[in-house]
Amino acid sequence: MVEQERVRVVRCGGSELNFRRAVFSADSKYIFCVSGDFVKVYSTATEECVHILQGHRNLVTGIQLNPNNHLQLYSCSFDGTIKLWDYVDGILIKTFIVGHKLHALFTVARAEDSVFVTINKEKPDIFQLVSVKLPKSSSQEIESKELSFVLDYINQSPKYIAFGNEGEYVAAVRDFYLSVYFFKKKTTSRFTLSSSRNKKHAKNNFTCVACHPKEDCIATGHKDGKIRLWRNFDDDKKYTYTCLHWHHDMVMDLAFSVTGTSLLSGGRESVLVEWRDAAEKNKEFLPRLGATIEHISVSPAGDLFCTSHSDNKIIVIHRNLEASAVIQGLVKDSNIFTGLMIDPRTKALVLNGKPGHLQFYSLQSDKQLYNLDIVQQEYINDYGLIQIELTKAAFGCYGNWLATVEQRQEKETELELQMKLWMYNKKTQGFVLNTKVNMPHEDHITALCFCNAEKSENPTLVTASKDGHFKVWILTDDSDIYKKAVGWTCDFVVSFEEIVTIWDSETWELKCTFCQRAGKIRHLCFGRLTCSKYLLGATENGILCCWNLLSCALEWSAKLNVRVMEPDLNSENIAAISHSSMGSDLFVFKPSEPRPLYIQKNISREEVQWGVFVPRDVPESFTSEAYQWLNRSQFYFLTKSQSLLTLSTKSPEEKLTPTSKQLLAEESLPTTPFYFILGKHRQQQDEKLNAALENELVQLPLTENIPAISELLHTPAHVLPSASFLCSMFVNSLLLSKESKSAEEIPDDVDMEEEKERDDSDEENDFTEKVQDTDNTDLGEDIIHQLSKSEEKELRKFRKVDYSWITAL
Amino acid sequence: MGEFKVHRVRFFNYVPSGIRCVAYNNQSNRLAVSRTDGTVEIYNLSANYFQEKFFPGHESRATEALCWAKGQRLFSAGLNGEIIEYDLQALNIKYAMDAFGGPIWSMAASPSGSQLLVGCEDGSVKLFQITPGKIQFERNFDRQKSRILSLSWRPSGTHIAAGSIDYISVFDVKSGSAIHKMLVDRQYMGVSKRKCIIWGVAFLSDGTVISVDSAGKVQFWDSATGTLVKNHLIANADVQSIAVSDQEDSFVVGTAEGTVFHFQLVSVTSNSSEKQWVRTKPFQHHTHDVRAVAHSPTALISGGTDTHLVIRPLMEKVEVKNYDAALRKITFPHRRLISCSKKKQLLLFQFAHHLELWQLGSTVATGKFLVPGKNGDTLPLSKDADHLLHLKTKGPENIICSCISPCGSWIAYSTASRFFLYRLSYERDNISLQRVSKMPAFLRSALQILFSEDSAKLFVASNQGSLHIIRLLEGSFKHLHTFQPQSGTVESMCLLAVSPDGNWLAASGTSAGVHVYNVKNLKLHCTVPAYNFPVTALAIAPSTNNLVIAHSDQQVFEYSIPDKQYTEWSRTIQKQGFHHLWLQRDTPITHISFHLKRPMHILLHDAYMFCIIDKSLPLPNDKTLLYNPLPPKNESDVIRRRTAHAFKISKIYKPLLFMDLLDERTLVAVERPLDDIIAQLPPPIKKKKFGT
Repeated sequence: MVEQERVRVVRCGGSELNFRRAVFSADSKYIFCVSGDFVKVYSTATEECVHILQGHRNLVTGIQLNPNNHLQLYSCSFDGTIKLWDYVDGILIKTFIVGHKLHALFTVARAEDSVFVTINKEKPDIFQLVSVKLPKSSSQEIESKELSFVLDYINQSPKYIAFGNEGEYVAAVRDFYLSVYFFKKKTTSRFTLSSSRNKKHAKNNFTCVACHPKEDCIATGHKDGKIRLWRNFDDDKKYTYTCLHWHHDMVMDLAFSVTGTSLLSGGRESVLVEWRDAAEKNKEFLPRLGATIEHISVSPAGDLFCTSHSDNKIIVIHRNLEASAVIQGLVKDSNIFTGLMIDPRTKALVLNGKPGHLQFYSLQSDKQLYNLDIVQQEYINDYGLIQIELTKAAFGCYGNWLATVEQRQEKETELELQMKLWMYNKKTQGFVLNTKVNMPHEDHITALCFCNAEKSENPTLVTASKDGHFKVWILTDDSDIYKKAVGWTCDFVVSFEEIVTIWDSETWELKCTFCQRAGKIRHLCFGRLTCSKYLLGATENGILCCWNLLSCALEWSAKLNVRVMEPDLNSENIAAISHSSMGSDLFVFKPSEPRPLYIQKNISREEVQWGVFVPRDVPESFTSEAYQWLNRSQFYFLTKSQSLLTLSTKSPEEKLTPTSKQLLAEESLPTTPFYFILGKHRQQQDEKLNAALENELVQLPLTENIPAISELLHTPAHVLPSASFLCSMFVNSLLLSKESKSAEEIPDDVDMEEEKERDDSDEENDFTEKVQDTDNTDLGEDIIHQLSKSEEKELRKFRKVDYSWITAL
Repeated sequence: MGEFKVHRVRFFNYVPSGIRCVAYNNQSNRLAVSRTDGTVEIYNLSANYFQEKFFPGHESRATEALCWAKGQRLFSAGLNGEIIEYDLQALNIKYAMDAFGGPIWSMAASPSGSQLLVGCEDGSVKLFQITPGKIQFERNFDRQKSRILSLSWRPSGTHIAAGSIDYISVFDVKSGSAIHKMLVDRQYMGVSKRKCIIWGVAFLSDGTVISVDSAGKVQFWDSATGTLVKNHLIANADVQSIAVSDQEDSFVVGTAEGTVFHFQLVSVTSNSSEKQWVRTKPFQHHTHDVRAVAHSPTALISGGTDTHLVIRPLMEKVEVKNYDAALRKITFPHRRLISCSKKKQLLLFQFAHHLELWQLGSTVATGKFLVPGKNGDTLPLSKDADHLLHLKTKGPENIICSCISPCGSWIAYSTASRFFLYRLSYERDNISLQRVSKMPAFLRSALQILFSEDSAKLFVASNQGSLHIIRLLEGSFKHLHTFQPQSGTVESMCLLAVSPDGNWLAASGTSAGVHVYNVKNLKLHCTVPAYNFPVTALAIAPSTNNLVIAHSDQQVFEYSIPDKQYTEWSRTIQKQGFHHLWLQRDTPITHISFHLKRPMHILLHDAYMFCIIDKSLPLPNDKTLLYNPLPPKNESDVIRRRTAHAFKISKIYKPLLFMDLLDERTLVAVERPLDDIIAQLPPPIKKKKFGT
């Protein structure tokens, strides 16, 4: 194990949940969404991630339920494969290798053995919709290269393609065209809207398409906010359309309800609009959803909708337009000004979230913990509006204090600056605004830092600004008010451009000054623990310097174009990431010695913007010297395209599964108030009981530990055989192992007989399977088919069990 | 093209009256339009929507309903309680008959065309039998509580639907009794309005009744059970009109917000026979209430308070891209409302109930100052235009036509029943007006009046088809001759033209060819062969005596009267054909005139352009630019000659109601900007506009 381990860069959570439409399971219990290279299965009721379906080696680009078996899920990816999953157990069933880069996936109930995918041929912007025949085979990996062309010149995103009337036709839009391909007639109709030449129709572009489930009606969304409902489109001449217009900006997505009586639309207004009877005057709204609606999907049962938002969030909405659950991923704001921070209290990653918010994101559970509204102003989503931006944040005093800086600059001279100080309130378990300082500096604040010296009683905050001042803020009295203690007029004009000054934090006297000719200093940090006498600085023109504070001399310097420099809080190590045209490289070193501990070349092709060390809960034990720096902390970094990456030997998702599995079992219980009362009570009782039992009967296994019982409890009721079969199994499992000695003898010979019979029945089984394949209409059969072989065997085994021993008891 | 000083006249304060009803006749492809002042206009849809006939309005005859019956017979009914039939040949009212039910709000002809149904103020529905010369009251249906605002026959003729206030009644025609009373929801956007007025109903052959009402709803009812089937809320204001196509696969409704909605019957899925009504396209071509809509096989026609008649073609029904495939908006009448006295520089404006005489303004910057001035310069006025005379008619009837003599000393106008001739005398700044009394009995009403160039003769086209020539003397007149219409025809002459030397008189009716009379020996000289499209303008050129005829399909012919044949130029242009853009113009040519010094020039105009045809230049073909920009000045003459073609078009003045030459270098152009008309209309329903 140790020999095999290799540190590699792993995409760790925080990936886009809103990349494609989310898909509901047939019973609306689960919601599936693509998330980077994985497919995540969330519970719609508890918002918890139930499974992570991993296996794709590149971005997953499409998921669809298997129309012939709604307990299975197809997914396609850029890695050129289509995978079939059993989402209930999180098992990969089959992999179909197509070979092309797949951009979108569609399934149609009528086409039993084929699915539709979007592929890219030759030119970079021309996509084709092709149907892929999925061959039947028992093997795990199947080549399926049988592609048949359906539509050309389409758009890459699945929003631009929709199948209608149970797969009778497919509608695809691009630019100003709507193409409809009829599978029966094998003809394509193409409808064109007047294009931008005419100023009135300048924004006529199609943005999305949806098909009515019952009628021949296609809804298309447009850039100018109009929704067109096309009818009679099987006739090139007599086609007609209606306009619905409420959105003032681009319609991002459209979806029909299951019955087709209402149409859902959403856009940048972050309002979900329900058009009833496709009438302009009959519409309902669900406003204030927080961010642009990127996708809308409808559950097959019709009771739930969900919207995916640009802030990486999925909202599950009830049929009566009430939001019922929010699945929030890592919010990706366009600009991460604050950088990555670690909340010392929760060990959560803290960074810019929604506009004006600070998000606390749990790396362990890949889930947003909460949002802290810093700006506390209504966010108006309009293009060209200059917003208040949260630019700096810092934690101090073990997470007791949080300082934030926000700014808004409309013109060169009109700078609005505000510093806020938040105190952690233990009662409410959150940050409470303590002090607000307007215009703490005359110009932009460039840095913000709490004094973390252990001995200091008063929390001290230092701010540095472009105006050439730095200010120290300390807590005065007990009145919880920060007052400006001292304001310095520094000798140098620009504080951190080429000169480093060191001040005594107790007396605020200038201790010494380092002058570096090389260039502007971009990063600066002290060494830690044994190396605390060193000060490190990285300059703009690619030089890393290390000064010795005791001797006030330059210890060493190295030529390295450092983009990110982060000290590890738990060790002396410092990580630096350099950037060149080839990619970004990671260097880990100790300030005391200029030789790096570890080098990982090319961790990312893009520029890395921020990095942070996250202390581990449980220290790892890497024996290899090169990886020892990862023992106590994990290094996370964020690239320019906002993907959060880490270095690991295994993917962090493996750690997630145990907790989530547990939730799955509990999830079947309805969460009523009664449950909470009763559940608690029962837990207490159980504990008492367990304590009592432990004293008496140590050997008695807990019910949860017996596999047969848990199997029985976790298998859905409708797939279980009749109770008479199960009774024996159940009773058997409750028996103590001591007495089972006598029972063991009897089943021995039964097993022998059974072995033969099983062979016979297996053949039978194969036959029925074939029948099912040809005739998959009946749903009940399908579900029975779902019983895994092992289960069947087990059940059959119990059928054969002799019960005579019971009477003997 | 030559340079002209142009009097740009914008003080013609003409406001057309709003459209109240439209009725489309499928057989003859004609459209009858009635306006709020009682005027009824007939448009020929086959002839590029030319307004070929009109019946002058009457103050007391507010039309509320208009319908065609028995093929070509046109009936109207109004708030004075009378049913009127129009004589489409003689262009007058055949008879008016009181229905004795108070004001009439609605009227519908039976599908067979033999019966006429009117809905009255007192709640009665009366059935009339249409007999060849007359209509005859047959019986009353069950009387309802309130006025009957809309009526519709079931195409089988067995049932009728009548829209009243708050309910729709379905009558059985045989028994005359109401079999269903379908109550309409008064609720409007959750608020209970006082009353729900059923503005229109349409009965389909499958028994569905479609109603439109004041709460903004379009509702589908099942007449067999009297139940509501479907409800479309389409507007925040009244839905005022409905018209169904003959195939019953689409209908159109007009709302008080100025929007016209199109509904279509589309199949639910491509392979099932089930069909449903779907609202498809909204059209916003009106600013005010759409009071009336019609559905021709290829177009949706709507008209309303904003006085426009809008013809919106259905692109899927139009086979080839031609004149019919474009949206048409008809605002101004296709006849002349303005006449001009060249000598005295006077303009006579004709309104519904009065005439206005204006003296044109003048400028000192004439002659030599014009030459250094740049093209398009505005010259300062030294004397403002002067309103000389405001002549009100007597009686409730509208003016049909009017004319001022070229010398400016005679004014003649006519209403439907009386003819007036006035003598004007100018004494410095004073004008005295004297009516010439004792008009002969035959001069009762005129469709067109024209003075000869020397103002010595008056030509009157009467509605009996006869042409009267009257010699004008100082303060009196003498009847010279009457040209009787061709035996067997009673067609009225609508357009007259006289040659400048006074020898020839050309007259044209609505359909037959142009007759040319010799005024000297008082004989019919010749008849220009009839053409498929009606004549829109006529003029006889000076010196050559060539008759120039413009037709509604934008063709222009030149006919030599002395030679009794088309001229060489006319033949050439017919052979080569007109430019396709010329043929696609919207409005008919309403006036033709000639330049005295340049015999090769023909001046003509429609509402959107003014054109000088130079017969000496080569004709344009489809590849050349028809609408050339103003000729560049610094280019040499040679290049200009090469690129120039016969049609010199100016689109500076629009909408152009009248343009004529006053003298060699002066033009007068009368414009009526649409904004000025809209400003005089009542304010439209206020709608919240996004972003305001």
